[in-house]
Amino acid sequence: MDIDTLRIIWFGLIAVLWVGYLVLEGFDFGVGMLLPILGRSENDRRVMINTIGPVWDGNEVWVLTAGGATFAAFPLWYSTLFSAFYLPLLLILVALILRGVAFEYRGKIDEDGWRSKWDWAIIVGSYLPSLLWGVAFGNLLHGVDVATVQKGPFAVLLAALNPYSLLFGAVTLLLFLLHGALFLGLKTTGDLRDRAMKLAATLSVPVLAGGAVWAIWTQLAYGKTWTWAVVVVAAVALVGVVLSARAGKEGQGFLLTSVVTVGAVVMLFGCLYPAVLHINDAADLTISNASSTQNTLTVMTWVAVIMTPIVLVYQSWTYWVFRSRISATDIPAPTGLKWTTKVKAGI
Amino acid sequence: MSALDLARWQFGITTVYHFIFVPLTIGLSAMTAMMQTAWYRTGDERWLRLTKYFGKLFLINFAIGVVTGIVQEFQFGMNWSEYSRFVGDVFGAPLAMEALLAFFLESTFLGLWIFGWDRLSKGVHLATIWAAAIGVNLSAYFIIAANSFMQHPVGVKYNPETKRAELDSIVAVLTNPTTLAAFPHTVTAAFLTAGTFVAGIAGWQMVRNAKAGDLAGAQLYRPAMRLALVVMVVSAVGVALSGDQQAKLMFQQQPMKMAAAEALCSTETGAGFSIFAVGAVGADKCDVTNVSIPGGTSFLATGDFNGTLKGVNDLQAEYSAKYGPGNYIPSLPVTYWNFRLMMGFAAFAGVLALAGIWYTRKGGVPTAPWFGKLSLVATFTIFLANLTGWIFTEMGRQPWIVAPNPTGDGNVRLTTASAVSPYVDVPSVALSLVVFTGLYGALAVVWYGLMKRYATAGAPEVETSESSDEDKPLAFAY
Repeated sequence: MDIDTLRIIWFGLIAVLWVGYLVLEGFDFGVGMLLPILGRSENDRRVMINTIGPVWDGNEVWVLTAGGATFAAFPLWYSTLFSAFYLPLLLILVALILRGVAFEYRGKIDEDGWRSKWDWAIIVGSYLPSLLWGVAFGNLLHGVDVATVQKGPFAVLLAALNPYSLLFGAVTLLLFLLHGALFLGLKTTGDLRDRAMKLAATLSVPVLAGGAVWAIWTQLAYGKTWTWAVVVVAAVALVGVVLSARAGKEGQGFLLTSVVTVGAVVMLFGCLYPAVLHINDAADLTISNASSTQNTLTVMTWVAVIMTPIVLVYQSWTYWVFRSRISATDIPAPTGLKWTTKVKAGI
Repeated sequence: MSALDLARWQFGITTVYHFIFVPLTIGLSAMTAMMQTAWYRTGDERWLRLTKYFGKLFLINFAIGVVTGIVQEFQFGMNWSEYSRFVGDVFGAPLAMEALLAFFLESTFLGLWIFGWDRLSKGVHLATIWAAAIGVNLSAYFIIAANSFMQHPVGVKYNPETKRAELDSIVAVLTNPTTLAAFPHTVTAAFLTAGTFVAGIAGWQMVRNAKAGDLAGAQLYRPAMRLALVVMVVSAVGVALSGDQQAKLMFQQQPMKMAAAEALCSTETGAGFSIFAVGAVGADKCDVTNVSIPGGTSFLATGDFNGTLKGVNDLQAEYSAKYGPGNYIPSLPVTYWNFRLMMGFAAFAGVLALAGIWYTRKGGVPTAPWFGKLSLVATFTIFLANLTGWIFTEMGRQPWIVAPNPTGDGNVRLTTASAVSPYVDVPSVALSLVVFTGLYGALAVVWYGLMKRYATAGAPEVETSESSDEDKPLAFAY
């Protein structure tokens, strides 16, 4: 294949990896963010966390793969983006570290104080990236100035907090909240499920409003003719989300929030193309000037073509294995040890 | 301090910290799988209890290994953007492969293993821990291939037009002779670590239980000890053989690192292997009192006790002529001592293995308090062997981030100083250094507290359920 085709394939593949990441981790971010809202009792919170327990780590690998793929296919995109958006990434890393450890450690000690500290780690660790990924995406389109980048990461951070990117961040945050509420509607029963669905119905309205403003802004400022089609599909899906959430159809609603997420990524990448990062005071970084060689792209295409379907098969199987709902009644007692009890570790 | 110094400290701290958890994860995932296999085949409840016991310690450890690994992938771009630009065409590929082939496998199947005890059949559940263990070990391969490229770039050409290193052959990159020696060395060292960890914890528990008069309790850990001893002996042989292979490659590929390992100032024929030195070692201090094995280093490097080894001062002159003026000598105290500490700490595990074999012969369990203490100490020191080994190999590569290949494209080379992100300023790196160090420090306290509590609590009682009933509530592993 010629290099131009390969570049387009890899631009598309990276979009696919982001779709995988945002659709999947989107709902586990959502569940984490809803912990203080829907998790009224320890029982509720435990049920919520266990709905995403088997899958959150596999979901997170999608972003590692997106990062690795960007490094391999567009080294200049990876190096420019990561060094310029140094501080938002630092915050995201801290959030992901806290959150990942929190899931694994929260139940290891059976004490309220311990659990509540890790709950906070999950909550903060879910809100921050939900907002910041959106802000970062917004800036790919909004663009940066070389002059700002040269002033260092603090200057870039300040410039990154522009209205369009903040709106993008607010929309991803709201969308993941809704996506998570619908996921809880799918995976729980009884009172928790009722409250999740009620919240989903409420949330769907601001998501529709925010999403509409975002989509029209994006289309008018950065859109191409064909991206109108994406706007229409996303708008229909958003209206569908409102209707399904109100009708209590969690499965349909979850499917539609996934469609909206796909639409947002397609919109982002569609508007960017052929740029990968808009530069306002110099030439854009594009799929041509940021890419790897034909050799590397060919090798990586083979790897991706063979491995991605395999990954999809076994990840889908995981979702199939853990497909049943979790009931908030009749759950096993916590198995953690006590932290405060004096441990005699000597001989 | 400059942004470069801070970025180097950050890379050092985050990588060394990450590598506390990695070797144990590599070895213990497979050892947990072995224990579960033993339970699957024999139905002996002791193996199930040991699987759950060491499995839990493995998970406490794995959690931190995973999250600190994310930082590793991101910081190449954040702090070392010039490096990423220069080598991205080659170096990005193994990282992306690692994510696609290994990270998905380990994370997905570990989720299945943690939550699948009651939802999967025994055989399928056993397969999930093996799949996770394979994923973990595959990931080691790709990241070692990436690191080996920095030690000894192959399969690559310098393109003067784009001013970067470009991929010539992916097969060459993935079968780099450096990788083929470093991968077995790292993985066998990881198994030695896990073996020592299991033997250490089991040995300590046996002594504790025996002292408390609970001989049945002590016997519970004996199978784990015996398994760990086998793993230790096999992996120790592997570590020694692959280490020897690495030394010979290092002599050809990175003679400066070899000389630095020995703090060898001037070229010597039949160079001795220094066991320890009295006084400070350095390029300008060649008169340190040395206790050494005659011809030892020459033998290690060339297979001949009378082989000739170039000293750092001669290599410095050679490199200055070839690559321009500059200091090409790594920090000799760092390389010299870490090299020795690595071997010393690894050899110390051998003491535990020998004593363990002696005490557990003919169905026996150790009861001597000194053995209990030795078990605990060896459990800690084996981690230091891993860390000092990596500090040696990375610091020995300096001042290069990509060391020139003496027989390859000599233009594929980059110094650490010129690899740093050009616009990432001191306040930003200082902030991230402080944040990561503080966060990692706090997590270390929590990790240690949990490991200690779960190790002390002992192997949990189990109730054996036979069915994998679909109607059962979802496992509440969290």
